[in-house]
Amino acid sequence: MTERNPSAPESSEAAPVLALEDVHVRYGGSHILQGVSFDVPATGVTALLGRNGVGKTTTLRSIIGLAPRTGRILLEGTEIQGRTTARIVRGGIGYVPEDREVFGGLTVEENLRLVDPDRGVDAPVVARLFPDLVSRRGQRAGTLSGGQQQMVSLARVLLRENVLLLIDEPTKGLAPKLVTEVADVLAEVARTTPILLVEQNLPLVRRIADRVVVLDAGAVVHRGATADLVADADLTRELLGVSMRRAGVA
Amino acid sequence: MTSRTDHLTHPHTPSTTQEVVAGTVTPVASGEGHGARRIVRALPAVVVLAVLAYLPYLPVELPGVLPGRVNGPGSMQLLATCLVIGGIALSYDVLFGRTGLLSFGHALFVAAGSYLLTISLSTWALPLPLAVLVALALSTGLALVVGAIALRVGGIAFAMVTLAFAQAASIIVMRNPGGVTGGEEGRPLDRDAVPDLLVGVANAPYRYWLALSFVVVAWVVVTALVRSRAGRAMAAVRENEQRAAVLGFGTYRVKLLAIVVGSSLGALGGVVHALVLGGSNPHLTTSEFTLSLLVMVVLGGAGSRWGALVGGVLYTYADARLVEVSNAAFLQDLPVVVRQVLSQPLFILGVFFVVVVYFAPSGLTGLGGRLIRRSGSR
Amino acid sequence: MSDLVLLLVTGLGLGALYFIAASGLSLIYGLMGVLNFAHGVFMTAGAYAAWLTMGALPVGWPVAGRLVVGVLVAVTVGAVVGLVVEVVLIRPLYRHHIQQVLVTVGLALAGVAAAQGIWGADPRPVESPAWMSGTTDVLGARLPNDRFVYLLVAAALFAGLLALLHLTRLGLVIRAGVENRTMVEALGINVHRTFTTVFALGGAAAGLAGVLYSQYAGAVSPAQGGSLLIFAFIVVVIGGMGSLTGTAVAAVVVGLVQQLANYYAASGVGDLSVVLLLALVLLLRPTSLKGATA
Repeated sequence: MTERNPSAPESSEAAPVLALEDVHVRYGGSHILQGVSFDVPATGVTALLGRNGVGKTTTLRSIIGLAPRTGRILLEGTEIQGRTTARIVRGGIGYVPEDREVFGGLTVEENLRLVDPDRGVDAPVVARLFPDLVSRRGQRAGTLSGGQQQMVSLARVLLRENVLLLIDEPTKGLAPKLVTEVADVLAEVARTTPILLVEQNLPLVRRIADRVVVLDAGAVVHRGATADLVADADLTRELLGVSMRRAGVA
Repeated sequence: MTSRTDHLTHPHTPSTTQEVVAGTVTPVASGEGHGARRIVRALPAVVVLAVLAYLPYLPVELPGVLPGRVNGPGSMQLLATCLVIGGIALSYDVLFGRTGLLSFGHALFVAAGSYLLTISLSTWALPLPLAVLVALALSTGLALVVGAIALRVGGIAFAMVTLAFAQAASIIVMRNPGGVTGGEEGRPLDRDAVPDLLVGVANAPYRYWLALSFVVVAWVVVTALVRSRAGRAMAAVRENEQRAAVLGFGTYRVKLLAIVVGSSLGALGGVVHALVLGGSNPHLTTSEFTLSLLVMVVLGGAGSRWGALVGGVLYTYADARLVEVSNAAFLQDLPVVVRQVLSQPLFILGVFFVVVVYFAPSGLTGLGGRLIRRSGSR
Repeated sequence: MSDLVLLLVTGLGLGALYFIAASGLSLIYGLMGVLNFAHGVFMTAGAYAAWLTMGALPVGWPVAGRLVVGVLVAVTVGAVVGLVVEVVLIRPLYRHHIQQVLVTVGLALAGVAAAQGIWGADPRPVESPAWMSGTTDVLGARLPNDRFVYLLVAAALFAGLLALLHLTRLGLVIRAGVENRTMVEALGINVHRTFTTVFALGGAAAGLAGVLYSQYAGAVSPAQGGSLLIFAFIVVVIGGMGSLTGTAVAAVVVGLVQQLANYYAASGVGDLSVVLLLALVLLLRPTSLKGATA
């Protein structure tokens, strides 16, 4: 339904919205990120891929200051080291964490009002992308289904003006129909806001991501257009341990 | 917030997990020259022990440092008390510094050892060796029960629960059920039930040596524990409990073992405390005493034998001697309120403690170790 | 029957005091994960502030009037102390929970010692309005009037805090923060400012608890805050750590159990039965307690 942006792959004419340069994260004696460098262009979806435990989530967390790191992280050309997480987020990086992390004891409305005290569920973006949430505004988020919680988690972030979205495994544990719904939302959002997406679902990546960055053992091992990775079955298997063809298409 | 760090603790690759385990284990077996190196490493402890054991033969005055001659009864009694508390701090470090258990209930077991000894001797009229055994056995059983319950919660809740149990003991002791604890007065040691050598002003050196032997026992037990498999498991739990669980350590059992071993040592300390001070004092049951044990260990340096011992000794010494500070000449010009506050040793120690937490997180021995470019005696 | 009424009312009164002492502790723990040992010092500070204020006001004033002013001063002092402690000592150690606890332990020791140095270790008697020391006959029981005051204050505090939590922006941030601090931050909300506010709020409640407890005990003493603190800890643990309603229920249960056991068993058994209750709660429903990791 959504066309892949044909001009995106590896284009370097526009300045990247985010640049990581030699980022290291050490945690409790483990060296989790060992010099990660890549750019996130200012349009479309950049997918961050890799096997479990290679540091994808840590990369996202280091960007918004939740994991202590060394090296440079530039948001629109400015180093953001030393800023609090709240300030980085207010500076335009929206973060949708793995496992959704909605506030289960708060209602849908309250989850949204936390970010936007004035409008909450009444914000136009909610009505446009998540009509289901409007009717569930008074329901406790903890009682929602996984797919609905994911919608709350996405909606919360979209209430702000973002220059970049970090989205961590938004389809994890969702039924195929819901995966398609989430994918539609992401594709729609990506028309206006660049996304750095961590995702295990390769057909989804193939559908919405313009380019991929592959991590292994805390370092970048591949960068390129999604189409190139998909076209090379051996490379896919080598980097991700799976065959994208065999995984089928959504 | 466990969930946010979970992904960091998942077993990424074999290499990272090995890395962590190796980092937490004391480098005991490190190749050739191992036996000789061990002797060299033990040398400072042996020298200190020899010097301490010799002190009762030292008829020197240290004005302002100790009351009267070093081998005088006043100094001997003070030093003996310092050593006992130092040994008890060492026992607390098994929980806090070695296993990462923030227990506020350690005083409970020290008090149990102390009171069970005096009660066994006086009320139950047991001979001394049996009384010591009874005190240790009952205290250990108590540690098993309290530990098993308290470990059902983790982290900060564990701290609160252990505090509550210690408080219950304090209440029991103060209520003086059946007259066995003596309430606020405490319970004096039955002088007829202990050897003459441990009784009387003139025999202070023997009580000093008793205290010193307790420190040696505690030191040896902690050393053996730390170097054992269980000790390694304790260190793994301290560094990262979730990872320790992933690596297959039964973390509940490891923590319970730490509580039982630490508490038994603490109870032994309580027994020696009663013998050295001639009775059981309700101060041992108070939350203040429990908190001060924590302060001692952190002051000296948690997770290090020297740290806990030095912290305990220094704290007890300062608590006893800091009163002199308020009489110092340079303070006489200060406002009355300031002098009143400074006359409280616990005020000075509390403030000093906060400063240490901020500026010397590895404690005084850690600081000293860094200064002389040695990594202490971990 | 009249005995039972008396016990229930005195038990509720005690529970009210526990709730006032525990509410701030519970909020601070729930939101920030800080086990605040200095809470006892906040209470002691409030008690002494009120005592000094009452002594400094003209003797011609009615005692009740001086007490009200004393309470206001105590609440203010508690709030200011809480605020300063958070900003100066707790905030620099953000995310180091053990060190935060250690710092509050140091404060607790130093604070009690300072009070002891200045005003002595012995309890100093406090003045009470005549009505509060009197009794009211209800169903044949002579009920001490001060218990009604504690109950009223506790109920007002509970209602006020509930309103704060559920009707205000601050309350929304606190409730979200109790569930998941990091996520609140990751949504771009400055949770540190909320921490400071909650610490000041907790300090204010502690100051209030300190004055009322000194009225209950008839005296102020340096160690008072510490002894109330331990029961407040127990209430917070039984109540589920960070849940205000849980704290209220636990406070009432603990107060009642203590009074009833003291009367029907023996004096002193009440305090022990409270610890027993704690052990039972831990054994029977450990999962409902947030086993906060460090």
